[in-house]
Amino acid sequence: MEKMKRITIFSGHYGSGKTNLAVSYAQYQRKMGYDVSIADLDIVNPYFRTKDSEKILEENGIELISLPFANTSVDLPSLPSQAYGLFDRKDRQVIIDLGGDDRGALALGRFVPRLREENNFEFVFTVNFYRPLTTTVDEALEVFREIEYASKLKFTKIVNNSNIGGQTTAEDVLKTVKMCEELAEKTGVDYSFTSVEGRLFDEVSKKLGKEKVFPITLQEKLF
Amino acid sequence: MAEKVLMKGNEAIAEAAIKAGCRHYFGYPITPQTEIAAYMAKRMPKINGVFLQAESEISAINMVYGVAGTGYRVMTSSSSPGVSLKQEGISYIAGADLPALIVNVQRGGPGLGGIQPSQSDYFQATKGGGHGDYHLIVVAPASVQEMADLTILSFDLAEKYRVPAMLLADGTMGQMMEPVELPEVDYKPTEKDWTVTGTQMKRKHNIVNSLYLSPEELERTNFERFERYKQIEENEVRYESFMMDDAEYCVVAFGIASRVSKNAVIAARNMGIKVGMIRPITLWPFPVKPIAEAADKVKAFLSVELSMGQMIEDVKLASECKKPVYLCNRVGGMIPTPEQVLESIKKMAGGEN
Repeated sequence: MEKMKRITIFSGHYGSGKTNLAVSYAQYQRKMGYDVSIADLDIVNPYFRTKDSEKILEENGIELISLPFANTSVDLPSLPSQAYGLFDRKDRQVIIDLGGDDRGALALGRFVPRLREENNFEFVFTVNFYRPLTTTVDEALEVFREIEYASKLKFTKIVNNSNIGGQTTAEDVLKTVKMCEELAEKTGVDYSFTSVEGRLFDEVSKKLGKEKVFPITLQEKLF
Repeated sequence: MAEKVLMKGNEAIAEAAIKAGCRHYFGYPITPQTEIAAYMAKRMPKINGVFLQAESEISAINMVYGVAGTGYRVMTSSSSPGVSLKQEGISYIAGADLPALIVNVQRGGPGLGGIQPSQSDYFQATKGGGHGDYHLIVVAPASVQEMADLTILSFDLAEKYRVPAMLLADGTMGQMMEPVELPEVDYKPTEKDWTVTGTQMKRKHNIVNSLYLSPEELERTNFERFERYKQIEENEVRYESFMMDDAEYCVVAFGIASRVSKNAVIAARNMGIKVGMIRPITLWPFPVKPIAEAADKVKAFLSVELSMGQMIEDVKLASECKKPVYLCNRVGGMIPTPEQVLESIKKMAGGEN
């Protein structure tokens, strides 16, 4: 994988796997020896969020910045005040987990001037071609443009997170790579890597090359 | 591209409704079902359908009433407090003998409650909900696949019997993601002899109405309606029986509670406790017969619910209290763990519940 920017923002269609990806990516950077903060800026979905991974993040020494109301039943779309500090604490790596779609991306708006000023970020479009409303390149492109419009920021990378949950096979993943390349071509934005559950890493990277595959761990499932 | 897609329960409901021929959605956003409205907002304009965010739940359900009178497939969705608001309209729809789908992705109550999952609208869904003598057909999915399948079934049954149907899910079912295969539905709107779609001067006009000022007439419509309810009770009960063949104890659970309970039943079996589970898929009509039959075989029942104990009353009625019925529950947005259910099964088997 290429040289990392200080701030990585994961955005994409609702349910494209941003949170799982963000948590795994934070752990990856931490293992490389960086101080890492992960910020949950999801103002859309009150269920299934970064805070569900609180324990594993804490064990790995990753700072979690989330709303004081996350997972408390208070459905209040607000931003954590500590999020502002992330742009001043330049000694750390920062992972930002945005809410889904253009509505979720709105939360980024107020930070865009700071991001531009520092100019050391990746804005990642996460796509799962097995999700309804992004099952074709054109549909994904529509969501891609809507998010750019809402966030007032251009994407710099595309990550392919295509999966159908626990039943995903390597073949399911490989089938989608071409669509991702097509999306990259249409947008002029680099397709960075394909993320897969750890168990599929060997099989998929044999076909795509290790540098193009990123292993992720899924959040714990309770039922 | 893909045959299988990874969907949230709420999205599966919305897409399945479209597959089933629904082209009219009226709603008002509320957590945790907002994805249904969001999905419809995106899809409906592309397929020449109507998505309309009404100014309130009350106007949304009355818009549903209006379209239902024309015989077209129509739905609304909400979560507990919003469904309470809709009750007057639902009663009117039932009183006018119209098919429609109402989705309730339940959250904790009473009052404004919380936004986490719950099953505490069981009474409201299965015992009427609004005023007057009526029933809804009530289905309770336990997987994202069933969210889709039962949506389609609800439209079919509602139309067949001219009764409104309710899909009763909960916040977790609405939010969880699972692979789904969406069935192709071969649905074409049929000519109906009761719709208000214009007579073209060729027939007597139809009236869709729930007002009957003559008590004799009102009594007659009630009797007729209950004849149809009887048919539904005879023909449309659906349930899943799990490890019941040699069971000495019977867990009864639906929706999210049945997923947790299934794990507990398997764990109890591994410990040598002969326990099985009956999972009602239709909550009305309730699977009375399988529970009555189980009552002659098992030593006790355990009703697992995300409520203070609502379905337990139907388990007692169906089993005619022949055997003790215990309750295992969490409320307010909490979900029982498989360990908690297992503990309750162990206690029941030890006779000390």
